[in-house]
Amino acid sequence: MGEHFFNINNLKVNIDDKEILKGVNLEVGKGETHIIMGPNGSGKSTLAYTLMGHPLYKVTNGEINLEGESLKDLSADKRAIKGMFLSFQYPEEVDGVTVEEFLRTAKTKTWGEMQRILPFKKLLKEKMEALEMDESYATRYLNLGFSGGEKKKNEILQMSILEPKIAILDETDSGLDVDAIRIVAQGVKKFKDKERSIVVITHYNKLLEYLAPDYIHILMDGKIIKTGGMELAKEIDENGYEEIRKKYLK
Amino acid sequence: MKNKKTYIKDINRTIYDIKDKDNSIYKSQKGLTPEIIKEISSKKNEPKWMLDFRLKSLNIYNSKPMPEWAVDLSDLDMDDITTYIKPNTKQSHSWEDVPEEIKDTFERLGLPEAERKSLAGVGAQYDSEVVYHNIRKELVDQGIIYMDMDKALHEHEEIVKEYFMKLITPDDHKFAALHGAVWSGGSFVYVPKGVDVDIPLQSYFRLNAPGAGQFEHTLIIVEKGAKLHFIEGCSAPQYKVNNLHAGCVELFIKEDATLRYSTIENWSRNMYNLNTKRAIVEKNGTIEWVSGSFGSKVSMLYPMSILAGEGARSEFTGITFASKGQHLDTGTKVVHAAPRTTSTVNSKSISKNGGYAFYRGLLKVTKGAYDCKSTVSCESLMLDNDSKSDTLPIIVLNNDNIDIGHEAKIGRISDEAIFYLMSRGIDEQEAKAMIVRGFVEPITKELPLEYAIELNNLINIELEGTIG
Repeated sequence: MGEHFFNINNLKVNIDDKEILKGVNLEVGKGETHIIMGPNGSGKSTLAYTLMGHPLYKVTNGEINLEGESLKDLSADKRAIKGMFLSFQYPEEVDGVTVEEFLRTAKTKTWGEMQRILPFKKLLKEKMEALEMDESYATRYLNLGFSGGEKKKNEILQMSILEPKIAILDETDSGLDVDAIRIVAQGVKKFKDKERSIVVITHYNKLLEYLAPDYIHILMDGKIIKTGGMELAKEIDENGYEEIRKKYLK
Repeated sequence: MKNKKTYIKDINRTIYDIKDKDNSIYKSQKGLTPEIIKEISSKKNEPKWMLDFRLKSLNIYNSKPMPEWAVDLSDLDMDDITTYIKPNTKQSHSWEDVPEEIKDTFERLGLPEAERKSLAGVGAQYDSEVVYHNIRKELVDQGIIYMDMDKALHEHEEIVKEYFMKLITPDDHKFAALHGAVWSGGSFVYVPKGVDVDIPLQSYFRLNAPGAGQFEHTLIIVEKGAKLHFIEGCSAPQYKVNNLHAGCVELFIKEDATLRYSTIENWSRNMYNLNTKRAIVEKNGTIEWVSGSFGSKVSMLYPMSILAGEGARSEFTGITFASKGQHLDTGTKVVHAAPRTTSTVNSKSISKNGGYAFYRGLLKVTKGAYDCKSTVSCESLMLDNDSKSDTLPIIVLNNDNIDIGHEAKIGRISDEAIFYLMSRGIDEQEAKAMIVRGFVEPITKELPLEYAIELNNLINIELEGTIG
């Protein structure tokens, strides 16, 4: 593992004074794909929001480092500029702001350079085609009236445009039909091929077969209780989380 | 985001707040008496029927109590308001002839430039009188009349007598009666049958004097099959004393005619804006209201559409922005009084910094008005916990053969939406700005371009730095 690319050390997180993450450790090397699996309520989404810097999630202990820099005290926009990305489980709808306008602003901010209109339009069109999204989505308001699947595609579209260093995908596969999963997985793969790091948070293993992950982690009761390879996913699939709990959680 | 506050700036009022020195040649005494009314009428050399009308209105005014059902008017004392102020100039048809200081005021407000670029005619009222009026010659040749109301009373007395305060009568409410008694200035527009005025006309009302009232009267008649876009702008500098605006707008839209009436109202925060606007629409005619309310201390403004002819249509698009010390009670009224009439209402309001935005609407369908269709949508966005918003849409139906859609939403700016935008590298201020701009976008696109730009400047989503 590339030790100094992305590290989470003994991360403890409270929501409303209740401890949800109880000491999470994770190291992600450059270009690696990690999967975090766990049952409902294990703290998966808390981890995702905390990494992106949601203000309601209070870090009480530990560190989050990207390329040796601490992200812990940075607001979400600063983290995005450092190269962090979160694909939301439930992307927000923003009325009156078009996908194109939003993404051009986001790219300008994260890359620190003005995106000229015509080249950006071209880039957007290209990336949308790859995700089999109709061109008309560019001029639609951000996620407004999008189906669950369209919202998820739109998250992957944003990822492919912004090209972050590390992307957290929070339940990106949930609510997608078979075709949409395939398209989204291809999008993620293209991203991965560019030596980007990915952390996929999921409680299924639908995306797994497409992504060939390097590591699988099991998050339970606010801690990563087991790390392994594809065989872990298989074990969960066959035995269920209850058996896993008995086996690995002391 | 944590431990930080973001501040969305108020409307930048600097250009509106520059006060001119007193440019008046005549001011009526403060308050209201029959003598003051007689003097105003005599200064204007009015026909006797108009003087009688004014005096009758004054009686009605005195007999009616202050309306107490919406806003607090207890601080408004008519004895402190000067109702008539004549600027020391004659009406000009060229900006060259307008006195320097008054001209500079309108230059700052962008009126002469707009006239050169995108308007077919312009009227500019300063306090109680219209100081500039001009209309392109080709419009005059088509029979279009566009002049100030006082002049129209002399030159087109018969038309004025037929329509003046027939749609809004002095009996309507206290401030309609007040208007009838002391009205001065305003615009008169007559578009003959079948004429399509494809470039807008604009009147701008500027109240410069402290403690004054402005009571302009706008009367527009669009004849059968004709078409017009009329734009109205209003502003005033800030004073410590109360100012009052109680204008009347009467719009007559005949068969197959279309009128679009756009207003950007940006009165200062010492203004009581108690304005009455009404349109009557005949068979297959259309009224389109675009209404922006940003200024004033207190507003009561509910443009009303009476759909009197079969197939008549009304469309209302409104935006209200209430900030500190402002209570803006706005909305619209629609009366479906004929079969197959349709109406659309799209209203948005923003309140911040303790401002109070209230949407008050009326939708009424009369007994014989079957097969009508109406869609009402009102949305309010509060930018902080000090601000308030309410909606009160009243629906009165006297037959059930109608199709009505109604939607009302009140909400605070969503922290989750802000976080979502921030997660893409957009800072908190810009994220909030995007959300607010997005919220008003459906309205912005309805405005004439220069007003859309003005709206963006006005709402001024330029955000101030985060406070640690």
